[in-house]
Amino acid sequence: MAKARSVAALELEKRREEILGGQDPSRISIKVCGGTGCLALSSDEVAQAFERELRAQGVEGSVALKTTGCPGFCEQGPLVVVHPQRIFYTHVKPDDVAEIVSKTILQGEIIDRLLYKDPSSGEKIVYETEVPFYKEQKRILLKESGLIDPREIEDYLAAGGYKALARALFEMTPDEVIAEIKQSGLRGRGGAGFSTGVKWELCRQAKGETKYIICNADEGDPGAFQDRGLIEANPHSVLEGMIIGAYAIGAQQGFIYIRNEYPLAVELIRLAVQQARERGLLGEDILGSGASFDVEIQLGAGAFVCGEETALIASLEGRIGEPRTRPPYPAQSGLWGMPTNINNVKTWAWVPHIIHNGAGWFSQMGTEKSKGTTVFSVVGKIKNTGLVEVPMGISLRHLIEDIGGGATNGKKLKAVQTGGPSGGCIPESLWHLPVDYDSLREAGSIMGSGGLIVMDESTCMVDIARYFLNFTKFESCGKCTACREGVLRMYEILDYITRGYGQEGDIELLEELGKAVKASSLCGLGQTAPNPVPTTIRYFREEYEAHVKEKTCPAGVCKSLITFYIVPEKCPGCGLCARYCTEKSISGEKNKPYFIDEEKCIRCGICREVCKFDAVLVK
Amino acid sequence: MTADMSKVDTILDRYGQGQRGLIPSLLEIQKVYHYLPPEALQRVADRLSIPMIQVYQVASFYKAFSLEPRGEHLITVCLGTACHVRGGEMLIEQIGRLLNVKAGETTKDMQFTLEAVNCLGCCALGPVMVLDGKYYGSMAASKVEKVLDKSMKQEVPANG
Ligand SMILES: Cc1cc2nc3c(=O)[nH]c(=O)nc-3n(C[C@H](O)[C@H](O)[C@H](O)COP(=O)(O)O)c2cc1C
Ligand code: FES
Repeated sequence: MAKARSVAALELEKRREEILGGQDPSRISIKVCGGTGCLALSSDEVAQAFERELRAQGVEGSVALKTTGCPGFCEQGPLVVVHPQRIFYTHVKPDDVAEIVSKTILQGEIIDRLLYKDPSSGEKIVYETEVPFYKEQKRILLKESGLIDPREIEDYLAAGGYKALARALFEMTPDEVIAEIKQSGLRGRGGAGFSTGVKWELCRQAKGETKYIICNADEGDPGAFQDRGLIEANPHSVLEGMIIGAYAIGAQQGFIYIRNEYPLAVELIRLAVQQARERGLLGEDILGSGASFDVEIQLGAGAFVCGEETALIASLEGRIGEPRTRPPYPAQSGLWGMPTNINNVKTWAWVPHIIHNGAGWFSQMGTEKSKGTTVFSVVGKIKNTGLVEVPMGISLRHLIEDIGGGATNGKKLKAVQTGGPSGGCIPESLWHLPVDYDSLREAGSIMGSGGLIVMDESTCMVDIARYFLNFTKFESCGKCTACREGVLRMYEILDYITRGYGQEGDIELLEELGKAVKASSLCGLGQTAPNPVPTTIRYFREEYEAHVKEKTCPAGVCKSLITFYIVPEKCPGCGLCARYCTEKSISGEKNKPYFIDEEKCIRCGICREVCKFDAVLVK
Repeated sequence: MTADMSKVDTILDRYGQGQRGLIPSLLEIQKVYHYLPPEALQRVADRLSIPMIQVYQVASFYKAFSLEPRGEHLITVCLGTACHVRGGEMLIEQIGRLLNVKAGETTKDMQFTLEAVNCLGCCALGPVMVLDGKYYGSMAASKVEKVLDKSMKQEVPANG
């Protein structure tokens, strides 16, 4: 059912044509990453240096300079890409900038020192498009990350932004929008993987005049930053998805619940909302279609459990973030008792793509039950840490070893943790498994929201289990006894084991407790909190047994079970370790091997960190 | 000593009565004072017309709020999973030893508060610490002293 486009919609199209017409594809443009990752490496100083240098060398008029969101390859940051050729410079410092302008910009010369060196072939790579990290990806949600300036709505328009919205408003009924999303097979990207179309339909059909939609940008999973990356790179894509969703569901008000710990993402989504209002894309009578919708932004206050939908709703209402039983589901009774639809950031961001390209286009990608692509933050003990987007169904090994670049320092990789505190550890022997909702669940883990933490032989799996239980113990809201007390007891047992007080039967007790906590907790936090334990026991039982029976930590992590020592043959006696040791437990004479006093040593590990000769070892 | 409440009033002017404005206003107050002074909590309860117990319940539930005064400088160390496997704990322990505080505490001279958080979203660059809003990626325990020294030196000329 197509309606005639309104004047406002036609004007938006006209503006888009104008922007595109004014663009010169051969113009040189410099893109500096301004995401939180590169900012931590002072990319803001690099951008300022470019501004100065372009002026100083008299080319500020002919060369465009753009600060973009995160293109994903954080490990190599600060990243600078020179378009149109897409010359890819890594680890750029402010001091490099004058040379980039005088050589690359003015004379087209490539600066060898700043190029990316492929660790497997040792070859230098000039163009972004040829870097293996990018070549193996399929970037749709992240397509504009690194290309557009998240502060400029016109960049988003030029990239086709808000086209899908106009299509939905003028060519589709709300039911048709829902049918399209349902048919695409899109499943929620927040963890549980529920069908998005079905959820929307439930909310649309629920009785009530007032309905709400929520974007869950709480991203509590420690070690995951896809939602932050997406909002910082392309905030309008999330917003556009929400506006389409509101139209389909019949909601007039939406909320974006975003972590307080992400100041830049908060700033950028606020700006995007303001720009969308100014252009008539939010507010009353959107694009003259008669539909109205507006968005409010609420900051989280630092509670992991608030990522859970009913706790999030409680928090939005101004209460403490305690989950409640479902049913009723939020679709029936959510925010202030009204039908409410809540989706993850990435789920919303998929909507414009599906409406624009059609359900068929989306469902071709991925596997039978897990459609589309998925965004992972690949971190931990691998070379290419960063944000990647791959089709569902590729193997873990491909993702970790080819895109992730394999282990650092020649160590052997051991396991990968997916699904955050609710997930599990998958051992290297199972990395042939495809990445999709169902295979990961069968292996005892979950897809989660896309955090992927790679561990090598120097990671202790008992310590990892202890770490996660410590996390959930701390984050448990305390409502259910099983979660509050059970997780605490599990943590205590794990803590004892890592401190050398493990006893025969502890492993079995952990397994039993885990089952009890799972069975008798109300919300997803408690139901999944024990998860890291069974997978680590199942796949790494020998590590547990070494801790319990032999009181050793094979990975050399658990402090109570290890001693540091210096290998005399390797120690040239530089004395650096002794200088850093806060406990004065290292002594020796210059140019002779040093020695660690085991009694005084607190096993902080700083000596091993600073030793340039790998002379400090652990046993 | 009673704190100046005019800033609290300005913040509360933006919110109507009722529970809805509670968390946003407390977040803003926390930002201004770096903690939630007791007088401010009372003012919030009065102006939003909600019982003090509910204000206190919320203020003590969420980690973003501190009920105790905090130091001049805030050091945040990430102990998220990615930072944990890359030595985040070593980092926070080293800072603790240098400043003689534990996570969550403030130095006696009220100069530094040391805080642990679970993930700052720069996981690819772990371990990560933040000193007064500036992020430091790929940190190591051995680099801590330098970072602290450098920031304190920059501080001196700025103050006179
Ligand atoms: C303890 C807990 C934490 C959660 N944290 C998040 C989160 O940070 N982000 C998110 O999108 N969903 C999170 N979820 C899932 C949400 O409850 C909800 O299923 C999701 O937002 C629905 O969106 P989707 O259908 O688009 O996936 C969490 C669930 C639980 C049980
Ligand atoms: S785990 Fe430390 S920044 Fe995410």
